[in-house]
Amino acid sequence: MLEIGLAHYLTVAAIIFTLGVFGIFLNRKNVIIIMMSIELILLAVNINFVAFSHFLNDLTGQVFAMFVLTVAAAEAAIGLAILVVFFRNRGTIEVEEINQMKG
Amino acid sequence: MIQALVFYVFAAITVASGVMVISARNPVHAVLFLILAFFNAAGLFLLAGAEFLAMVLVVVYVGAVAVLFLFVVMMLDINFIKLREGFLQYLPIGGLVGLILLAELALVFGSWSFAPHAALSVATHVPDLHVVTNTDALGRLLFTHYFYLFQVAGLVLLVAMIGTILLTLRSRPGVKKQNIARQNARTKETSVELRKVPTRGGI
Repeated sequence: MLEIGLAHYLTVAAIIFTLGVFGIFLNRKNVIIIMMSIELILLAVNINFVAFSHFLNDLTGQVFAMFVLTVAAAEAAIGLAILVVFFRNRGTIEVEEINQMKG
Repeated sequence: MIQALVFYVFAAITVASGVMVISARNPVHAVLFLILAFFNAAGLFLLAGAEFLAMVLVVVYVGAVAVLFLFVVMMLDINFIKLREGFLQYLPIGGLVGLILLAELALVFGSWSFAPHAALSVATHVPDLHVVTNTDALGRLLFTHYFYLFQVAGLVLLVAMIGTILLTLRSRPGVKKQNIARQNARTKETSVELRKVPTRGGI
């Protein structure tokens, strides 16, 4: 219990990952909260990468965590830009209203 | 001992702020709790020896991504109360899915172990922190072995930047703007006119 092992980190990451998925279900209408939940999920993935990197004594995990960080930043920027444009056009960000591209 | 205590504090605050992110009534509070979660995750990274990544997490996530979220939340005039309708309606199914996911993850982590040869297939060993700093080691690996991937990451960011600018840029008609080229192109002939004003007549 007092010796912090890999299982501790994996547990924290699993809980955060589940919270992210749970948040997507819970805030089905609010795109901003959904995007924040995605950020939480990516954070959980990063914690897993770093934990494995530490306990396997392999630096590659940290390099990959950095790439995940890059993609997460790009995703957040583009997602928020789309959100701003959508709000400008429709005046709402409700997920159910986003149906203009439906065939 | 002290390490375990610090780990539990960081982990507990991270999970608690994660809960607050998805359940906060006010989206601004949700963003602030997201920032708190990132800070404490950076603490966890520090405990795991990933010093550079911890700093990058603070700089990139707290300094850029979370502030971007905050900008959007505050800039858009959104009726957030309306968006919360159906919150309780989705709670049971969301909770069910979450519980199933957590149980599955627990099952995986409970019955899982390293392959016997996992230690042999390590690509790059973490150097001793007292000899080479984490940033140094990461840089040496990133700029040699993963150089192409590093360039691709830069391209991803470039594409994201161009896409974001392209999406949000709009030219509004009817806005008076300074056009320096047009100002410089004015000559005396096009801008000054001499008129013969009749006496007592005015223009």
